[in-house]
Amino acid sequence: MSAGAHAILPGRGGLFGTLSDVLWRNPRLTLFLMLTPPLLWLGIIYLGSLFALLAQSFFSIDEFSGLIRYEWTFKTYAELLRPSNLDIILRTVSMAAAVTLASAVIAFPIAYYAARYARGKWKALFYLGAMLPLWSSYLVKVYAWKLILAKEGILTWIFAKLHLTPVLEAWLALPVIGGNSLSVSYTGTFIVFVYVWLPYMILPTQAALERVPESMLEASSDLGGSPAQTFRHVLLPLALPGIIAGSIFTFSLTLGDYIIPQIIGSSRLFIGQAVYAHQGTAGNIPLAAAFTVVPIVIMGFYLWMAKRQGAFNAL
Amino acid sequence: MKSILKSCTALALCCAFAGQAAAQAMLTEIGPGEGQVDIVAWAGYIERGETDKKFDWVTKFEEATGCKVNVKTANTSDEMVALMNEGGFDLVTASGDASLRLIAGKRVQPVNIDLVPSWSTVDDRLKNAPWHTVDGVHYGVPYMWGPNVLMYSTEAFKEAPKSWSVVFEETTLDDGKSNKGRVQAYDGPIHIADAANYLMFHQPELGIKNPYELNEDQYKVALDLLRQQRTLVARYWHDAFIQMDDFKNEGIVASGSWPFQVNILKSEGKPIASTIPQEGATGWADTTMMHVDAAHPNCSYMWMEHSLASNLQSDLSVWFGAVPSVPAACTDGRGMQTAEGCTANGLDNFEKIKFWTTPVTKCESQGECVPYYRWVSDYIGVIGGR
Repeated sequence: MSAGAHAILPGRGGLFGTLSDVLWRNPRLTLFLMLTPPLLWLGIIYLGSLFALLAQSFFSIDEFSGLIRYEWTFKTYAELLRPSNLDIILRTVSMAAAVTLASAVIAFPIAYYAARYARGKWKALFYLGAMLPLWSSYLVKVYAWKLILAKEGILTWIFAKLHLTPVLEAWLALPVIGGNSLSVSYTGTFIVFVYVWLPYMILPTQAALERVPESMLEASSDLGGSPAQTFRHVLLPLALPGIIAGSIFTFSLTLGDYIIPQIIGSSRLFIGQAVYAHQGTAGNIPLAAAFTVVPIVIMGFYLWMAKRQGAFNAL
Repeated sequence: MKSILKSCTALALCCAFAGQAAAQAMLTEIGPGEGQVDIVAWAGYIERGETDKKFDWVTKFEEATGCKVNVKTANTSDEMVALMNEGGFDLVTASGDASLRLIAGKRVQPVNIDLVPSWSTVDDRLKNAPWHTVDGVHYGVPYMWGPNVLMYSTEAFKEAPKSWSVVFEETTLDDGKSNKGRVQAYDGPIHIADAANYLMFHQPELGIKNPYELNEDQYKVALDLLRQQRTLVARYWHDAFIQMDDFKNEGIVASGSWPFQVNILKSEGKPIASTIPQEGATGWADTTMMHVDAAHPNCSYMWMEHSLASNLQSDLSVWFGAVPSVPAACTDGRGMQTAEGCTANGLDNFEKIKFWTTPVTKCESQGECVPYYRWVSDYIGVIGGR
């Protein structure tokens, strides 16, 4: 008898036994049964609703009656190219890019300290410090910032006490980013965005920095690399996937937000607000759907670029 | 996709027809209450003493009729229309823009005013208002109305501004500083009507008859006026509480507003007052309407009567800074409101107010008007600086 014959055991019999045997003998069947329910969920609930939305954007609104015309057309997408709508897209994308860059620059030293130097209690405190803002209500934080940034608010008061009011006024006199006060300028919107999304940048960056072996940094300095060179050629490239993962959060969250720019800023619309206005008050669902496609396309490109940079290699 | 949509449309049409059939069966007498009534209302419209003990117009109704009042609050007219389309509610306090949509969509039923004894006490100016009466049929009973007033700081203005020009044109105010960056405007496309209302007075040659009915040329001039306003406005207001904060902390001195904000700021001792300038103003008027498939029609009729006859009209007008639909509520002491209070909230200004209606393509005053969805996209452009 060959060894193989011993391996084939008789079935155990019984309903569950047979079932178990069948599943064990056919790993593909097991996989199929395990995956079907979640895939159906993903396909119908997630992608299905997404495609229903995308389909809406190929319809158009009737110029005269304001009713929706259910015929395939690209007219609604052409409307996106109107100067006022292009403005909204450009404004949102520039804000998202600026917020992402600033978050990365601020988050890196914090994450570096938390990953390299904080130990024991301090480490827990750092985690808590980064997470705590995520637990309190988003609206309360934004309203609090409105008071801080107001013309007669605490920040103006501090500037006055430090005799720095001319600096603030000079900043607010700048075109585009300036305004009547911090709370009605793009600068204010930017500060609040950075504050609210910063934890999403700190956490992945910290995780990436913790995976960089200490020995590599030592090796770099042993070979005569200055701290700046070590940072540029060793630390940064190794931490980059974490930073990019964080930037996906900050970038996409800024692209879609419609509450912060409504409370703090100059009332000029961002994409989220435009969707809300067209869908909610105007009943122009095709244009709202077309606006929704814009962040999807932008994020598609962004993820594609992030993948090329290796942001997902560590997943 | 298209076929699914077609069948959905067909289904919706069926529902609409079914609704129509039900609508014809108007109640002729009120039976015993069904034990509850479900109402969709604006926030602050139906108070049972939980926010402030002094303001309660529900408890007594529940005790007297045995109808428990369930309230679902809505924040926008569109939300109200959506909730009524879903069904499951008996009544809604609909504003002028929602009410006609609900009637056109056959989501509300005609109301037999003979079953509402206090109908005779309703303000004569409201009895046949076009936002709830279509072809002579009443689709509800008036609830509350109020003007969009010009709120101003008494520190920046020695006397009440006579014209809306303080928020449309750059001028030097009484305190010697320009109004640039110190005025606000409403962050909603309906604000175009305020511009049209201003033009109606100052540029009669445009021939605007109704600020909600604008042809292409009139519309263009209104937008130009709003573009000029954009250079004066740092931030548009959207939320009543943010606007109050802006008057307190941002140095804002004048803006279109509601009596609600004015009353609260005054009660806090802030140097604030309001006026209706010579051009008149826009305003809102709400109506209690009944769903076609209302499950509790008897309680609904009882509530409609209660809304007109009880302390509701009087106390709500104090609470919300609005004007009662029953003028007697100002003076007969059924609640806290007084004749002075009603005057302050705008009782005598009915003629000056252009009540809000949704702009449609087919308009009465001229052949073809610019519809609401264009108001929306163009106002976005104006705020964006186009």
